[in-house]
Amino acid sequence: MNEDGMIEDVQIEESTASPSQENPVQAEVSTFRLVATLAVAGALAGLLIVLVNQHTKPIIDKYKAEQLQKAVYEVLPGVERYTTYYLVGNALSFALPEGAKESEYKRIYVGYDNSSQIKGVAISRGESGFQDVVQVIFGFDPATGNLLGMKVLDSKETPGLGDKIFKDQAFVDQFFAGPATPLVGVKAGAGKGKPNEIDTITGATISSKVVIDIINHGLEKWRPVIDKGIPAAPTDSVDEEAKQ
Amino acid sequence: MRVTTPSQDFIRGIWEENPVLIQMLGLCPALAVTNSVKNALAMSAATFFVICCSSVLVSTFKRFIPNEVRISAYILVIATFVTLADMMLQAYAPVQHKELGAFIALIVVNCMILGRQEAFSAKNGVFRSLLDAMGTGVGFTIALVMMGGFREILGTGSFLEYSLFGPNFEPWVIMVLPAGGFLMLGFILLAMGFFEQRKKAKASLAVESSS
Amino acid sequence: MSDQTLFSIFFSAMVVNNFTLAMFLGLCPFMGVSARVETALRMGLANIFVLVLTSLSAWVLNTFILETVPYLRIISFIIVVASLVQIVEMVVKKLSPTLFRQLGIFLPLMTTNCAIFGLAIFQTNRGYGFLQGIIFAVGAGLGLTLALVLMASIRESVEFSDVPGVAKGTGLVLIIAGTLSLAFMGFAGLL
Repeated sequence: MNEDGMIEDVQIEESTASPSQENPVQAEVSTFRLVATLAVAGALAGLLIVLVNQHTKPIIDKYKAEQLQKAVYEVLPGVERYTTYYLVGNALSFALPEGAKESEYKRIYVGYDNSSQIKGVAISRGESGFQDVVQVIFGFDPATGNLLGMKVLDSKETPGLGDKIFKDQAFVDQFFAGPATPLVGVKAGAGKGKPNEIDTITGATISSKVVIDIINHGLEKWRPVIDKGIPAAPTDSVDEEAKQ
Repeated sequence: MRVTTPSQDFIRGIWEENPVLIQMLGLCPALAVTNSVKNALAMSAATFFVICCSSVLVSTFKRFIPNEVRISAYILVIATFVTLADMMLQAYAPVQHKELGAFIALIVVNCMILGRQEAFSAKNGVFRSLLDAMGTGVGFTIALVMMGGFREILGTGSFLEYSLFGPNFEPWVIMVLPAGGFLMLGFILLAMGFFEQRKKAKASLAVESSS
Repeated sequence: MSDQTLFSIFFSAMVVNNFTLAMFLGLCPFMGVSARVETALRMGLANIFVLVLTSLSAWVLNTFILETVPYLRIISFIIVVASLVQIVEMVVKKLSPTLFRQLGIFLPLMTTNCAIFGLAIFQTNRGYGFLQGIIFAVGAGLGLTLALVLMASIRESVEFSDVPGVAKGTGLVLIIAGTLSLAFMGFAGLL
C-alpha cells in the first residue's frame, strides 16, 4: 500500500475539514449514538476525577490549614493558640449561622497566651498593589492598638523592586517592632521618629504604601467591631488549633 | 497508516515541527510562565502529562467516537486530564501550583494538544500516538525551558534559583516582566530565521558551485 | 465578593493588567488577525460579546452548581465556552456574512482562545461577584480590542517599511508586542 500512501493523505485531508461544519451526508450516525458517546465519556471522566479528588482533597486541605496556622503564629508572636471568629451581622461570633457557607464570612483570628488572656488579633486581607492584588496578614494588640507583626501572603509585585515588601528584612522587621496605629509611611530618613512611622522602600513606594494601607484600612473596619467585645469561646473544644 | 517510522513520529515534534517555535501553538503558556526555569519545567511537566494521556486515550477509543462529536470528545478528554493534573499539582507541589496559577487550567485551551489529537491520535495506533505526543511534549519543554532559562538568567542572574553571577549582578528586570516574554520569543525567532537564511544561502552556494 | 472597587477592576483589566499585553491571553487572534485595523476592531467587539456572556455563565455555574462539585470546574467551563462560541458563530453568520468570511477560521478558534477561558478562571480565582464579573469582562474585552487595534495599525504602517528578511513575520510581531507591553507598563501604579 506504499504507492497508495499519497491517496491515503488526500483522504485524511478531507476528514480534517473545519470541525465546525456538520457533515450532512452522514445521517446514518444517530443522534442517540452521538449523545450516548458523549454521555458515557462524560461519566467516565467524572468518575476518574472524583476518585483522584478523594485522594488529593485531604492533602490540599491539610496544607492550606497548616499554611494559615503558620502565618497566624508568625504575626502573633507569643501566642499559644488561636480561635477563628466570624463577622456575622455586625458583631463577632464564634459560631456560624445554621447551614451557612464558611467562605462567605469575613473572619479574624484571636490569639491567646498560655494563661488564656487575649494577646493579639490577626487579620488577613488584600488590596490592589502596583501589579496585582497584594494579600497580607497582620497581627495587632487590641488593648494598645500597636502592631505585632506582618506577613505578605501573596504578591505579584515587580521582581527586584516591589517584591522587597517581603524580601527586604529591614522593611518587614519594622512591623514587628510594635509601631502605633494608624501607620504612616515616610520616605527613609525623612521621618520625625514618631512611633507610627514606617520607612517605605526606595523605588517601591507604591508597594510599600499598599501594605500600610491594607493594615490601616483593615483596622478601620475591624477595630469598632472588636471594641464591642469578643464573645467567649468554649476554650477546650478549640484545642485542635493549639500550637503543635 | 502513515508512511513514517516510529522514531520519526517522536523526533518530529522536537525540532522540525516544534509546537512553539515552528507551529506557533501554545504561545500563552510559553510567554506567561517562562519567567523562571522552575515554572517552565512545572508547566512543561503538566502539559506533557496531559498530552500523553489524552493522545493514548483518544487513540484507544477512536473507533467509538463518531465524527460529528469528535472535537467535543477530545476537549472532554483533555479537560479531564487537566483537572487531574491541577489537583495533583495542588496536592504535591503547592508552591508551584500557586506560581502557575490559572495557567494550569489554561492547558485545556492549548491549541497544541487539540491539534495533535485531530492530526494524529485519531488516525493512528496507541503506541505511535504516544510517541507523537511525547515528541511534541519534549519539543514544548525544550522551547519553554530555553525561554525560561534566558529570561531567568538575564532577569535575575540565577538559574533554577541558584545565583550565577553573585550579588553584584545588575539584573535586566524587564526580562521577567511580560514585555520581556514577548521580546525574548521575538529574539529567539529572529535568531532562528537568521540561521535558516544562512543555511539556505550556503545550500544555494553549494548547488551553484557544483553545477 | 472581592474587595476591589468596580473602577479598579475595569481599569486594571483594560489597561494596567491588559489581557493581551500583560497577562498573555488571547495571543492567537493577536498574532493572526491583527493585520488590518477594521478586522481587528470587529474581532475585538465579537470578543467583548463572548466575554460578557462567559462571565455571566461562569458566575451562574460557580454560584449554583460548582459549590458542591468544584473539581468539575474546568470541564464545565470549557463546555460552556465551546457552546457560546458556536452560538456566536451562528449569530454572526446570520447577521453579517461578510464579517463571518472576514473572521474566517478565527471564530471557531475562539473556543481555544485563552482569553475567554482565562476570564472564567480568573473571575473564579478572584472571587468576583455578578456585577464585578461583568465589569471585568467588559474591561478585559476593551483591553483586548485596544491591543488588537494598536497592533493592526502598527502592522499596517510597517508594511511600507523596509524590514530585514529575517524579521518578517512572527518575529517582528512579537517584538512590536513587546514594545507595546513596555509602553503599557507605564500605566502600572495608576490605581
